[in-house]
Amino acid sequence: MASVTFEQVTKRFGEVVAVRDLTLEVRDREFLVLLGPSGCGKSTALRMIAGLDDPTVGTIRIGDDIVNDVDPRDRDVAMVFQTYALYPHMTVRRNIEFPLKSRKVPAPERTQLVAEATEALGLQELLDRKPAQLSGGQRQRVALARAIVRRPQVFLMDEPLSNLDAKLRVQTRAELIEMQERLETTVVYVTHDQIEAMTMGHRIAVIADGALQQLGPPQEVYERPANLFVAGFIGTPPMNTIEARVVREGDEIAVGLPGARVPLPEALGKVVADRELERVVVGVRPEHLLIAADGIVPATVTVVESLGHERNVACRLDDGTLIITRQEMDEPRPAVGETVRLTTQPETLHVFDARTGLRVDAVDAA
Amino acid sequence: MTAVATPARTDAPARKPGVRRRRLRRSTRDMLLGYALVLPALVIFGTFVFYPFVKNFWLGLYRTPPFPGLPRHWAGLSQYREVLTSSFFTNSLKVTIIFVLLTVPLGIVLGLGLAVLAHQQLRGIGFFRTVFSSTVVTSVAVASLISLTLLNPQIGLFNYWFGRTGSLSPLDDPKWALVAVAGVTVWQNLGLSFIIMSAGLQAVPDTLLEAARVDGAGAWSRFRNVTLPMLSPTLFFATIVGSILAFHSFGQIDILTQGGPQDRTNVLVYAIYRTVFIENNDGKAAVLAIALFVITLVLTLVQLRYLERRVSYER
Repeated sequence: MASVTFEQVTKRFGEVVAVRDLTLEVRDREFLVLLGPSGCGKSTALRMIAGLDDPTVGTIRIGDDIVNDVDPRDRDVAMVFQTYALYPHMTVRRNIEFPLKSRKVPAPERTQLVAEATEALGLQELLDRKPAQLSGGQRQRVALARAIVRRPQVFLMDEPLSNLDAKLRVQTRAELIEMQERLETTVVYVTHDQIEAMTMGHRIAVIADGALQQLGPPQEVYERPANLFVAGFIGTPPMNTIEARVVREGDEIAVGLPGARVPLPEALGKVVADRELERVVVGVRPEHLLIAADGIVPATVTVVESLGHERNVACRLDDGTLIITRQEMDEPRPAVGETVRLTTQPETLHVFDARTGLRVDAVDAA
Repeated sequence: MTAVATPARTDAPARKPGVRRRRLRRSTRDMLLGYALVLPALVIFGTFVFYPFVKNFWLGLYRTPPFPGLPRHWAGLSQYREVLTSSFFTNSLKVTIIFVLLTVPLGIVLGLGLAVLAHQQLRGIGFFRTVFSSTVVTSVAVASLISLTLLNPQIGLFNYWFGRTGSLSPLDDPKWALVAVAGVTVWQNLGLSFIIMSAGLQAVPDTLLEAARVDGAGAWSRFRNVTLPMLSPTLFFATIVGSILAFHSFGQIDILTQGGPQDRTNVLVYAIYRTVFIENNDGKAAVLAIALFVITLVLTLVQLRYLERRVSYER
């Protein structure tokens, strides 16, 4: 078990900067998720830990050792690839055994370790099959078994669930969490799926354009997104955002929305005033928006989507901005075309600096 | 779903009598068009493949007269028996098989070696790829003439390098002639072998090799445990096709040794050629040609059976 540290790591492929000045510590025995859209550099970051790509600038440590110049096989990491990368000409047994053979583990010990890994993943029946004879889920398990069999210091997983169907994905997600807890090992897990990130990670590192956007526990990233990118990327449907003018009404600081003025909570308003912000982006999550008779912002309902246990209501504000709210099923269903009034608790508003996109937080001032 | 589909079916307009006739006519028209499209190929194959093939078999059933103009004699299968058991044939077959064994494995190994070298991501590697594959565009005649010059006993570089200027050229040495011709052939086929192996290497998924690196395999282990098994369909293909090509070698033999010395390089195709054009014995040559056909057929069947049924692996 070991920590993994990026110190000001940059990776360029020719003109393209895949990873930009990344500084990040994955703690010992932590399940850290690198989350971001495709092409954001998260996989490159993972590959640099594995040693499959070398950083252009910066230092990577596993434990206390700088591993920049260490060959992948000497890094004591295991990797699960998106395509599983099973050796198609080898049986399941030989696939799982391969990392041990490569490290010249003596045969009796090898047999023992393979038995343990296959048992842990329920593969005993499949040992003599070839990968082509396995289902997607089974292949995935073999890939995991091959990774855990030699008890590496760090597990690297590159979108390991993306080739599974939805049902199997939910199940395997739970199993991966269990496995990590049982093996007490460090896991770095790359995904573009925010649900995987939210459910599995001890912490999430959100990456965009090769740069770290935010690092924190899932709930914190959800509740206090550091910038507009994170706010829009995490959450389904995404956070509603709208650019607004800051208005002073006596002592109160408010934001001007189409058709209404919304006062900010006092502490937050004070920060906005202190920073002399004139334009901000106001964000509110769909579940924090309510349709209420005494609501303050008028909106016209355009689409109502029932999800079975809840409802998404899409509305347009007076200036045409699309806003999505979430409703419980027992609330009255609005009609399409109906004008409703939206309201929210001021505490649930997120405010971002319109110029930088960075979060403006009352806590910052404290 | 069925509730939607059923009315649609019953609502279909009733077929008018004319529709059926028109459709029949269309199918006939399609058939005729199909034959018309195949016809040119049939004519070409018929003229240049099927007819000569049948004619060849027929020729083998007749003994060719010692002088042209005399009538042919029906010999039936006895000529096949005679020719196929003659030392002329068995010697030629032996020479051909040795030639195949000398050229095919070595050609594949060298081609693979070069392909592995050229597969590295290095600056300027494109130049080497071009050089390695260049013999593909070198004709047999040119390649053979170059080698003939190199192997010339007086002015050839080969004898000079090996300090045997003035002594016998390997091509004239009964012990070495076949090896020399095989060497030239390997060199000449190297480009093709290199290209086939390069294509095979490129088809090996990078993630497999990366997985093997992380799994702790060194360069040799990755090659032996991942690359080589993944290349097996390519290797198999190259072996079969290479063998067929080698069994059919003619040009380099004709230019370098004319089957000599002492028939040591008298491979099957060259033997057939000599039988027809020097001995003027069509009947005997026809039998030899049938033997070559059978060998090629067997190799092709082996290839079809194993390669079509996938020696390769699904990912």
